[in-house]
Amino acid sequence: MTHTGHVTFADPGALAAALTSSGYLPDDGLATAAFLALRMQRPLFVEGDAGVGKTSLALALATVLDAPLIRLQCYEGIDVAQAVYDWDFPRQLLHLRAAEAAGRAGDADALEGELYSRRFLLARPLLQAIETSPSVLLVDEVDRADDEFEALLLELLSEFTVTIPELGTVRAESPPVVVVTSNRTRDVHDALKRRCLYHWVEHPGFARELAIVRHRYPDATEQLAAQVARASAHLRGVDLQKPPGVAETLDWTEALLTLGVDSLDPDSVTRTLGAVLKYREDQEAVLRDGGLVALLEAAADAG
Amino acid sequence: MPVDVPAAFVGLARTLRAAGVDASPDRLGATVEALTVLDASSRDDVYWAGRLSLCASPDDIERYDRVFAAVFDGVVPMPAAAVEPALRVVPPLGVPADADTEGDGPARHAAASRLEVLRRRDLADLDDADRATALALLTPLSLVGPTRRSRRTGPAPHGPVDRHRTLRRTLRAGGEPVPPASLRRRQRPRRVVVLVDVSGSMAPYADAFVRFAHATRRARGPRTEVFTLGTRLTRVTRELSYRDPALASAAVAAAVPDWSGGTRLGELMKAFLDGWGRRGMARGAIVVVLSDGWERGDAALLGAQLKQLRRLAYRIVWANPRAGRPGFAPLAAGMAAALPYVDDLVPGHSVDALVRLARTVVGRHA
Repeated sequence: MTHTGHVTFADPGALAAALTSSGYLPDDGLATAAFLALRMQRPLFVEGDAGVGKTSLALALATVLDAPLIRLQCYEGIDVAQAVYDWDFPRQLLHLRAAEAAGRAGDADALEGELYSRRFLLARPLLQAIETSPSVLLVDEVDRADDEFEALLLELLSEFTVTIPELGTVRAESPPVVVVTSNRTRDVHDALKRRCLYHWVEHPGFARELAIVRHRYPDATEQLAAQVARASAHLRGVDLQKPPGVAETLDWTEALLTLGVDSLDPDSVTRTLGAVLKYREDQEAVLRDGGLVALLEAAADAG
Repeated sequence: MPVDVPAAFVGLARTLRAAGVDASPDRLGATVEALTVLDASSRDDVYWAGRLSLCASPDDIERYDRVFAAVFDGVVPMPAAAVEPALRVVPPLGVPADADTEGDGPARHAAASRLEVLRRRDLADLDDADRATALALLTPLSLVGPTRRSRRTGPAPHGPVDRHRTLRRTLRAGGEPVPPASLRRRQRPRRVVVLVDVSGSMAPYADAFVRFAHATRRARGPRTEVFTLGTRLTRVTRELSYRDPALASAAVAAAVPDWSGGTRLGELMKAFLDGWGRRGMARGAIVVVLSDGWERGDAALLGAQLKQLRRLAYRIVWANPRAGRPGFAPLAAGMAAALPYVDDLVPGHSVDALVRLARTVVGRHA
């Protein structure tokens, strides 16, 4: 039994098959990583270039495990009140005034106990994940948060408990599946990484990217899907500020489909380039000096 | 596949540690646990069990791959990495390096004025011993400077209502309405990113610049990032976390493979922007470049990169040792290309100039 209690997988292959049928196509490494995260009840720390599918992994796991996805987007200065729990201030104040009106204000200790009880507690994502089982917790872009927040995450990721000074410790009935993503804008503390399994997500190879495109957009012709996948792979080899990830490949396919294109040509590429390259300098680099011809040749390459 | 896989991993972890990977015993414990739920007779499963639990960065993965191949595929192991950095001896502060010129009356006064002279001398004109003495003067730097508004809050005399403290106050007042407590966003120091040119033309200054970077990191805290620009870009932030400046310099010396090579500043600046800067490191930061702007490659590329950096960074400060010479004009091709995007161009040729650079970094112009 895995800790989610409902769905179990015998080996990485079984998990990979389930993920594939949910629409997320993992490679061997990612499937093994996710399998171990489930079995060992350890958070999975994933890094990789933007758009390689770090966040969608958590979504896919939630689908496969039939568990709710609880997402926490990190940002600088995120603290307990936004990440773990907060007190419902207006209702607490009302309760206090009501108690005063009823002449109960004298017993401050009892009143304090009432004010800081579960009924006035607002659960934020981390506490929600502890209290919901099974659940998948996505801590997105942890590198955007600051050191103070990492310390807060440590307790959660090692013990799967949340300590509320006024109430006590809340313990997870069964630990949530945790996926932590990072874009490497700074080094995350070793103590945090040590509690996790670490996986670096690579850009997919041609065959897998083609399969992803085909899976997400069944309407796209085999020819278009292959051309887009090859063109994206080509763009990753060109010297660009922001090489396209799988997310951009998919956006591009959707843009082409929306325009009713079934094969790449100079006109359709020029019109839809904004879906795959998000910097003006990158677009210019591809469009000038025969770059477009090279792109189309790479896309058409049947080998 | 060796029969005793866990035992093989113990040796593997030891080799990894020697190569600088933090393959601690608790991580090794995770490896063994992973092996129990995977197929320990499959090479792929064994590979992933180790990689997922022992590595913590793409650099680690590269080393892990090599060590794994050595242990499990019988490939000849790579030569062990240099573990102990060579230490340089720094004479204590104020000790004259060449006793014969000092004669027999080294009054404290004379030593002090000698230090004063060393502070102002161009580091390139000093011999090794004098330079070391001068560098010791650099260590205490004050760098309290530009801040930005954090999203964290603290108590304040007025401002938005601090709900928690207000509730506590009301409770203390027995439910009577009380004046609400206030809060305010706190201020945080801005990140400083130091890029140190360690190419051949900068050799006399490189040590001083590394010291400057170290002092900056000590003064500004762990958000400071340091890179060296040689034939390649090397991140040395970790090496500089030693408290002792001599140890930190030695660690940097051991980590940087390309002291005194040629530089292609434009390409390295691009590597910095692509690998680190644009992801967030340079955003809103004060970027300090320590270089003479001598560009071996295409100066136009450097200009284009600085134009981009200009859009990300809060300020760009360029310290050029040549700017300390009389009659300096920014004629080096790289320097000329970079100049339009630089907020401050200051000299960086002497200890005194570096202290002034520190003041420029924090916005207090000397």
